Amino acid sequence: MEISVTINGTAQSHDVEARQLLVDYVRSTVGLTGTHIGCDTTSCGVCTVLLDGVPVKACTVLAAQADGHEVTTVEGLKADGQLHAIQKAFKENHGLQCGFCTPAMMLVGAALLESNDDPSEDEIRWAISGNLCRCTGYINIVKSIQAAAAEGRAQ
Amino acid sequence: MTATPDLSTPPEIGGIGHSVLRREDDRLIEGQGDFLDDVVLPGMLHMAIHRSPVAHARIRGIDSSAASAVDGVVAVVTGELMAAHNLAWMPTLSGDTQAVLATDKVRYQGQEVAAVIATDPYVAADAAALIEVDYEMLPAVTGPQQSLSADAPVIRDEKEGQTDNLVYTWESGDAEATDAAFESAARVVSLDTFYPRSHPAPLETCGIVADVNSVTGQATVYLTSQAPHAHRTLFALVAGLPEQNIRIISPDIGGGFGNKVPIYPGYVVATAASLLLGTPVKWIESRSDNLISTGFGRDYHMRGELALDGDGRILALRADVLSDQGAFYSDAQPTQFRAGLFHVVTGSYDFPAAHVTCRGAFTNKAPGGVAYRCSFRITEASYLIERLVQTAAYEIGMDPADFRLLNFIREDQFPYTTPTGFVYDSGDYHTALRKAMDEVGYAELRAEQAAARAEGRLLGIGIAHFTEAVGAGPSRTYDIAGLKMFDSAELRVHPTGKAILKLGVKTQGQGHETTFAQIVASELGIPVTDIKVVHGDTDNTPYGLGTYASRSTPTAGGATSMVSRKLADKGRKIAAHLLEAAEADIDLAAGTFSVRGTPERSVTIQEVAFAAYTNMPEGLEHGFEGVSYYDPPNLTFPYGSYIVVVEVDAETGVWKVDRMVALDDCGVRINPMIVEGQIHGGLTEGFAKSSMQWITFDEDGNCIGSNFMDYLVPTAWETPRFELLETCVPSPHHPIGAKGVGESATVGSPAAYVNAVIDALAHLGVRNIDMPVLPDRVWDALESAS
Repeated sequence: MEISVTINGTAQSHDVEARQLLVDYVRSTVGLTGTHIGCDTTSCGVCTVLLDGVPVKACTVLAAQADGHEVTTVEGLKADGQLHAIQKAFKENHGLQCGFCTPAMMLVGAALLESNDDPSEDEIRWAISGNLCRCTGYINIVKSIQAAAAEGRAQ
Repeated sequence: MTATPDLSTPPEIGGIGHSVLRREDDRLIEGQGDFLDDVVLPGMLHMAIHRSPVAHARIRGIDSSAASAVDGVVAVVTGELMAAHNLAWMPTLSGDTQAVLATDKVRYQGQEVAAVIATDPYVAADAAALIEVDYEMLPAVTGPQQSLSADAPVIRDEKEGQTDNLVYTWESGDAEATDAAFESAARVVSLDTFYPRSHPAPLETCGIVADVNSVTGQATVYLTSQAPHAHRTLFALVAGLPEQNIRIISPDIGGGFGNKVPIYPGYVVATAASLLLGTPVKWIESRSDNLISTGFGRDYHMRGELALDGDGRILALRADVLSDQGAFYSDAQPTQFRAGLFHVVTGSYDFPAAHVTCRGAFTNKAPGGVAYRCSFRITEASYLIERLVQTAAYEIGMDPADFRLLNFIREDQFPYTTPTGFVYDSGDYHTALRKAMDEVGYAELRAEQAAARAEGRLLGIGIAHFTEAVGAGPSRTYDIAGLKMFDSAELRVHPTGKAILKLGVKTQGQGHETTFAQIVASELGIPVTDIKVVHGDTDNTPYGLGTYASRSTPTAGGATSMVSRKLADKGRKIAAHLLEAAEADIDLAAGTFSVRGTPERSVTIQEVAFAAYTNMPEGLEHGFEGVSYYDPPNLTFPYGSYIVVVEVDAETGVWKVDRMVALDDCGVRINPMIVEGQIHGGLTEGFAKSSMQWITFDEDGNCIGSNFMDYLVPTAWETPRFELLETCVPSPHHPIGAKGVGESATVGSPAAYVNAVIDALAHLGVRNIDMPVLPDRVWDALESAS
C-alpha cells in the first residue's frame, strides 16, 4: 500500500507491505538507522519516535498508521546545524554509555520538555519509565534532561 | 614495583584524572552510531532460526518443505546439512561441545534446530515458523540436584563415556587445615543460598552479518563481539578458514555485559550459509532468542560455613557450590578454573584456612555461565561471603560492621596472600568502611532502627564490603580456550603530532575512545582531542582477548602506557638531538621535552614527532610508532564498601531503598565522570538482581523470562538514587595504578541490598531470602518468623 509520511520535515512516499512495522519502515525503507530495535514487545522503548510530537514505540505501530502524519526521529533533533539542547545535555552530563537507548531517551526527554519546561525529578523518571537503559542506572539521563530543561528556561 | 611517573596534565591536554567529555558521544547523540543491524551489504540475505519449543526430546524427523516453498526463501539449513560440512557441533569456551543445529536431540527450550535464509527478514521469520519437527518427548531435568540424582536421564548421551549429568568437580584451598580449624572452632555459622539464573540482556541483541567471498575466500564478519580477535582465531579453528582471510569487525555495541563473549550457533550457521550461498547473510536475534538461548549468568546453589573463635574472629571458611550449567558447558572463563574465580570467596577477610568445592551439572536449560558484568563467578563469591559474614554477626550478637572491622585484612598486610592463593595487591578496607559508615550515619541509623522497631516499623541497614579479582592475565595463569590473556596497544604519532591508538580490546559503552586517549595524553602530553582510538577491527588492531572481566584498563590500559613510554624513550633521543643535549638530561612533562636544569631549552612532543619523519639523528629508525603487548604481573583487586538502608512494609513485604551509599576504590581513576557512570550502572544491576530480575523454568523446562514482560529489568521509576564516595589506593603493579571498575558495583551491591532487607527482619530470626527478594518472599519470611 502507498503511504505518505513526513519524516523530520521531509515528505516521503513509499509502497509498503500492510504489515510493515513503523520501526522497520524508518530503518530499512527510509534508511534512518538512529532508531533502534530492542525487544519486539513494546517493553524497552529503544524504537521510540515522535508521531506528531508524541512518543510512540515504533515496533508496535504499523507504517500504515503513520500515513499522513509527521514522524520525528533522532536524526531530526538537530536543526539549522545546531544540536538540540537535549543532545548537548546528554553529552555534557554523561547521559549515555553504549548509546543504544539514547536516541529514544532524548526524544522522550525532548517531548517532555515541550509540555513542561521545569519537570521535577519524579516527572522525568515517570516520563522515561517506558524506556529501558542497561548502562547508566538512569542517574545521568535524569540529570541530562534536567540540564536541557534549565538550558531551555534560560533562553 | 615501578614508580608511577608524574602523569598530571593541564585540562587542555586532558589526561588521567580529568572528566573529559566522551569522544564517542558525538556520533551516538546524532543517531550516527554504527550498530550491527545498521550494516547493510549488497545482495544481503536474512536468516531466522527455528528453535525447539520443548526442553528435552529426541528428533524423529524435520519437515522443512512448507518453509522451503515460501516465496523469497533461498535455503533451509538443518543439522544434517551442517553435519555434512562437519559443523553440526562446535567447541565451547570451556572445552565442551555444543550443538550448532540439533541432529539427535534437543536439550533445552530455545535450542537451535534449523535456519531459514530468505530475501527479507519478515519472510525468513514466516518460513521458520512453518518448519515441522517430530519430537519424541523425554523427561526434562531443570535443576542440578535433580540432574545429579541416580535416576535422572542422561542429557549428554552423545558424549562418549558420559553416564551421568556431572560436568566437573573442582576444589581449591586446604581441606585438612580447614577441617582442623572447624574442629577447634568455638562456633560454626552456615548459610545456604541460591544465586538465581540471570541474563545480561543488553538492549542490543546479538547478531552477525557474514560476508564470505567465494572467489577470494575472504570472510568479513560483522559481529556483536566483545572479543573480536579471540573470535577470529576460534572461527579459524572451528570453520577451518585461514585466519588471514577472516576479518572480524565489531561495530558499535549496544551493551555487552558478558553476553557477547561466547560464539553462538547462529554465528556459525550464518557464516556457513554465506560461504555456501556466496552472498552476505545477516542474522539478528529477537529479544526472545536472546533471553532463552544466549549466555546467562549465575545459577549457583551455594553453601558457606564459617568457623569462629570465641572472640568472633574467623578461623576458616568452607564453601560448596552446585552449579547449573545448562545443556552444554560453555562458561566463558579461564581454562584451569572450572568454577571461574569463585575461590576469591574468602573476600576481604584475614583468616588462614579455606576449602572450596564445586560441582557442575548438566540440565535441560540454555547453556551459558558467562561472566555477567563480573570477573568469572566473582559476583557469586562476593555474594556468599558478604551474606555469610552478616549471618555470623547476627548469630554471635555482634554488629555486622564491627564484625567486618574485626576480621578485615589490615592495610599493613598487603600484598596479602589469601588461603586460596590470590595475592591481593593493595587496599585499606578499614578506612573505606568507616568512611561509608560516616557518610550514611551508621550509629544514628542503628538508633533509628531500634526506635522504628519499637513502633513496629521494619528498617534495615545492609553492608557489603567486596573485593574483586579482575584484569586477567597474567598469561601464565589465565587463558581462554588456550588463548593467553594479555592485551595490546599500538600507537602511531603522525608528523603533525596527531596520533592514532589501536587497541586489542573493544568497548561496549565503557568509553574506551576517551579513556585510552587520556592515558596517552598523560604519558606523552598529546591533547586528548588529537588522539583517535581505533578498536573492534581485527585487520586494523593488534591482537588481544577483548573486553570483559573488567580487564581493559588493567591489560590494554597497561599496554597503552607501555607503548607510550616506548615512544617517550624514542622522543628523548630525538629531543636530545634537536636540543644538542645528552639524552640522559632530557625530561618529559605534559608534552614538553626539556633539558634538566635549563628548562627554557625545550621542544614539544609535536616538534619531536615532526622530526621523527624529517630530521632523525644518525642511527635511529624513522617514524614515531610502536606496539606493546602487556602481560600484567598479577590481577588487580578493586574493592568497595556499600551500605543500603531499606524500609520494609510488614503488611505487603514490599521494600524500598531509602539510601544507597557506595564507596569504591578502583585505584587511580582515568576519567572520574566515566567511572561514576560505570558505578551507577552496576549499582542498578545489583538492585535488579536483588529485587526483580531472574530467569526461571517450570517443571517441563519452559523458560519463564523469555521477554521483557516476564524478565523484569528496572526502569527509572524503580531504580534507587545513589550516593557515591571514593578512596584511592593505587595498584602498585599497574603502570598508572588503575584497577578497573566496570563490574565492581554489580559484583558488590547485590549482597548489600539483600543484607539490608534481612537486617530489617533479623531480630525476628530471619537469615536468608533468596534473590530476587520479591515482596511475597519477604511476606512469607515474616509469616514464618511470627
